[in-house]
Amino acid sequence: MKYLSEYRDPELVKQYLDQIHHITTKPWKLMEICGGQTHSLVKNGILDMLPDKITMIHGPGCPVCVTPVSIIDEAIYLAQQPHVIICSFGDMLRVPGSKKSLLEVKAEGADVRILYSPLEAVQLAKENPDKEVIFFAVGFETTAPANALSIIQADKSGVSNYSILASHVLVPPAMEALLSDKDNQIDAFLAAGHVCTIMGMEEYYPIAEKYKTPIVVTGFEPVDLLQGILMAVEQLENGEYKVENQYTRYVQREGNRLAIETMQEVFSVSDRMWRGIGTIPQSGFEVNHRYKHYNARLKFKLDIPVAEENKDCISGDIMKGLKKPFQCPNFGTFCKPEHPLGAPMVSSEGACAAYYHYSSVNTPEETL
Amino acid sequence: MELQCPMPKFDFDVITLGHGSGGLLTHKLLQSGVFDIFKNELLNQQHDGASFSLNGRVAFSTDSYVITPAFFPGGNIGELAINGTVNDLAMCGAIPQYLSLSFIIEEGLTMKEFWEILVHIKEATQKAKIKIVTGDTKVVEKGKGDKIFINTSGVGLIHPKANIHHNNIRPGDKIIISGNIATHGIAIMSVRKGLEFETTIESDTTNLNHTIEKLLDRFGNDIKFLRDPTRGGVASVLNEIAELTSLGFELDQKSIPVDEQVEGACEMLGLDPLYVANEGLFVAVVAKEIADELLSLLRYDENGATAAIIGEVNTEHPGKVLMKSRIGGRRVVNYLTGEQLPRIC
Repeated sequence: MKYLSEYRDPELVKQYLDQIHHITTKPWKLMEICGGQTHSLVKNGILDMLPDKITMIHGPGCPVCVTPVSIIDEAIYLAQQPHVIICSFGDMLRVPGSKKSLLEVKAEGADVRILYSPLEAVQLAKENPDKEVIFFAVGFETTAPANALSIIQADKSGVSNYSILASHVLVPPAMEALLSDKDNQIDAFLAAGHVCTIMGMEEYYPIAEKYKTPIVVTGFEPVDLLQGILMAVEQLENGEYKVENQYTRYVQREGNRLAIETMQEVFSVSDRMWRGIGTIPQSGFEVNHRYKHYNARLKFKLDIPVAEENKDCISGDIMKGLKKPFQCPNFGTFCKPEHPLGAPMVSSEGACAAYYHYSSVNTPEETL
Repeated sequence: MELQCPMPKFDFDVITLGHGSGGLLTHKLLQSGVFDIFKNELLNQQHDGASFSLNGRVAFSTDSYVITPAFFPGGNIGELAINGTVNDLAMCGAIPQYLSLSFIIEEGLTMKEFWEILVHIKEATQKAKIKIVTGDTKVVEKGKGDKIFINTSGVGLIHPKANIHHNNIRPGDKIIISGNIATHGIAIMSVRKGLEFETTIESDTTNLNHTIEKLLDRFGNDIKFLRDPTRGGVASVLNEIAELTSLGFELDQKSIPVDEQVEGACEMLGLDPLYVANEGLFVAVVAKEIADELLSLLRYDENGATAAIIGEVNTEHPGKVLMKSRIGGRRVVNYLTGEQLPRIC
């Protein structure tokens, strides 16, 4: 598996680690945006191999984690309506809403299906003309193009029993929200390589400039992450704050034009509530006016009261990087993947799940 | 798969509720199909149960098979149902002898499909050298099943030299895996509705009893523990033993054998091969003195060509499984939470 093994090469890993140890003179806090990066760091044991001076803060880039309780309640309400099939990516099923999870309503008889692509949901709608098929469209800029495409395809082929419940969030506004937070501790970002594969890098230049913070677009394999960390630390040590691209094998500065145009065709930018963080202005996508018939919120006249987040879950502090999972009193005790208090313990990209599954030992001293 | 036994002439093209009524249709189905294909002196009694003698310590095991799809690359639910219970008995250190075989069939299953399943069952029993001595057939309404579910139970005689128990595991013992991990799970996923991807990966379902018998003949109680890592994968089995023994299990990621295509598919699907289901595979914990010798013998066996020592037992982190990553880091390998993919066996 050449395309992967070279990014997991122990020799290269050692070289990058040696260089990072060699150049690091001051304590730095780096935030990796994406939960996939967090998992790779923890799963490969990289956190323990970095210099003590470097702290990795785990960012909010887990779409399942940042989906607020209210939107999960919306999905649950829809699932309970007659003649409705609700489709979702697998991780969303176990995330608790204010009263129950989609998995529980599925067990009670709701038709909830796990799909791998929204295009399958359009097909499902074609095969079930007497049902309303709703795709629970969760994700960052990475999943938005396919979700937009599903609406365009449904529209072109006259499928009217299909709609999406959009819970799309955007990375750059979240980065700005974190940087302008009074408790901000972030010295540099590792931006999410796959988001930039779609969106390119243009959005990051003003952020790096305004907040004087280096941003390195980084991949997900051990060699990618260590190279990204090295590039960010080099900038910090030299007092620079540039946007750099470690993930050159996929990311181009202008991104993927076709994907961006597809999103723009269907979605408009809107305010969006983030679980544990609150509403961030202009940080999400909603289905636009032209395609309003495919917006499940309008189609089903959704008016679900905003539910309170579970107070025992500190997911907000986790996703802002203010606390590590093991600093939560419920971590591994009352909150486990099989009975989670919040999404970060459920999602395959959640920071709490990463620490729970892979961290060398589940106690603070030894994990650090 | 080519049918190797000619299909007898049935009155119907599909299984109907009547075939499970206990009346004439059931009788005909059993007479022309089941009894004939599995015939042996115990089954031929056609009684409510089989009567036989067994001398010595006995292992008894049961398992139900609900895999979807029932036909998958490399096999079908029939042979899986035989191999699964045969292997469970073998993991107890037993030499499997007799199996029961029960079907719950959803009406509408075609006779051709049913026959294909029967043929695979027959082949698996012949290969494992066991006999089906009793059984049952029920039919449920359309929509109340998923083509076919099978239950098999089996008895086996414990090998005279075997002493398989987690209490025998000691620090320093070596952990051996008999072949490439995650193959079965990925073969099933490749044909799941909504997930189809092109691959030549086939399930490695097979019987392990002859291999285990050979190893027990030679190494006896130096083989401390055996387990087939089916649902939950290798990670779950090792966590169970770590917890039971309060010993630490340390794996070395680079020594764990995974087929390249399977590893690629796992990457694509976001799965960790350590948690993916296996068939035709076993994990052994053995005394360190015989580990290398056992491995050489196993590698000559048809079921052990890619066998490897993947780690060892220690006292450093009681009750936990840790793994040294390919790049030299260390991490915990925890239990599987929830289902990676339901109904894999």
